[in-house]
Amino acid sequence: MEEPQIRVLVAKPGLDGHDRGAKVIARALRDAGMEVIYTGLRQTPEMIAEAALQEDVHIVGLSVLSGAHMTLVPRVLELLAQQGQAHVRVMLGGIIPDEDRPRLKELGVAGVFGPGTSTQTIVKQFREAVLPDAS
Amino acid sequence: MELAESILAGDRLALARLLTLLENQAPEGARALNRLYPQSGRAHRIGVTGAPGTGKSALVNQLALHLRQGGSGPSVAVVAVDPSSPFSGGALLGDRIRMRDLAGDRGVFIRSMASRGALGGLARTTASVVDALDAAGFQVIFIETVGAGQVEVDIAAAAPTVLVLEAPGLGDGVQALKAGILEIGDILVVNKADLPGAESAANNLRAALDLGSALAKEGDPPAWTPPVLSTMALSGEGVPELVLAIQRHREYLQGSGEWSRRERARLRREMLQLLRQRLSDRFLAVQPDGAFEAALDRTLQHELTPARAIEELVAEGYPVPR
Repeated sequence: MEEPQIRVLVAKPGLDGHDRGAKVIARALRDAGMEVIYTGLRQTPEMIAEAALQEDVHIVGLSVLSGAHMTLVPRVLELLAQQGQAHVRVMLGGIIPDEDRPRLKELGVAGVFGPGTSTQTIVKQFREAVLPDAS
Repeated sequence: MELAESILAGDRLALARLLTLLENQAPEGARALNRLYPQSGRAHRIGVTGAPGTGKSALVNQLALHLRQGGSGPSVAVVAVDPSSPFSGGALLGDRIRMRDLAGDRGVFIRSMASRGALGGLARTTASVVDALDAAGFQVIFIETVGAGQVEVDIAAAAPTVLVLEAPGLGDGVQALKAGILEIGDILVVNKADLPGAESAANNLRAALDLGSALAKEGDPPAWTPPVLSTMALSGEGVPELVLAIQRHREYLQGSGEWSRRERARLRREMLQLLRQRLSDRFLAVQPDGAFEAALDRTLQHELTPARAIEELVAEGYPVPR
């Protein structure tokens, strides 16, 4: 128990109604010893940022299947920065075209995971995103 | 100390940081809480407990919505505890899913907590987290326990008003007579009142309470008889009546002196718990290396009972003559 307890918010911004992927990830992170706050479907970027603040999480994991990631994700990043949480790492999963990835990384997304990524890979990247700057 | 000052100035991110420090039992968190503690003691702490799936989160959502009156009501904090995995130490905290109606209201602060191995329905640090929210100025604080069975009754010591939730179909009249969780309810709520069996669930609870007050008449008259209320947490039906019952309970507590009695009992319990922890830490620190493990080995071999092993350890650190 030397390392800090990692807290993650898993949320689905936007209107698509498929949360199986988000649930699988939430479960995998739980089994890796993280505390996962699961907020469910149809969250606005404002709701996500507010929950990230109240819960003081290390990571926000977003799942977007609707194609709206280029509007939703920058807005979440912007709100986090505005409220003094620029240190929170944002991870994105779902259907994300390759050509959008460089721009997302540039905006500050710490990791993008497409369909078929193994949960081990995801858990490892989540952990590495937090532990280098562990307080 | 700037953390405490930021919190008193209304900085929500600083408050969230403090709650994390308290959860992790970091010395910095304890120092900030020392500074804030004189500001605490004004909130009405309301415990919400009941079996998994009885609708605790959904009901807290409705209660908070009703209390807030669209922004003019008292500020509300929610501390929602869910279990940690005994295997991985991880947790899936899902209570916010039911509280989405509260998003966007700055008079509401919701914090999810993992139980981190504690078995009484709350986490070990829930009391400190609630103290911090109280000091930060939240006027009503809901403390939602993990889905509780029959014996997770820590909440009774943590909150002066406790709601116990039932849902239809969970047991017959004898369940209502058993010792444990029902005894700690100041207000009993049959949620999901639209489901079949809701009426008989409420009747069973009332019958059990009547039996209790009939017995009590032989001694002191009961000062407060827990009301049994029916709600539908999804639609909000029955919630205004429940809020009234909570207010009546608060008035009863304050009018009867029971409020300060319960506060005293709560703090006594918390201090005794800390004392036990402190003494056992200190005791173990002065043991010769391996003494505790050696005693543990002997109980493992069934040479000694655990009680006897501790007796021997406490007798000045070496075995008493047999």
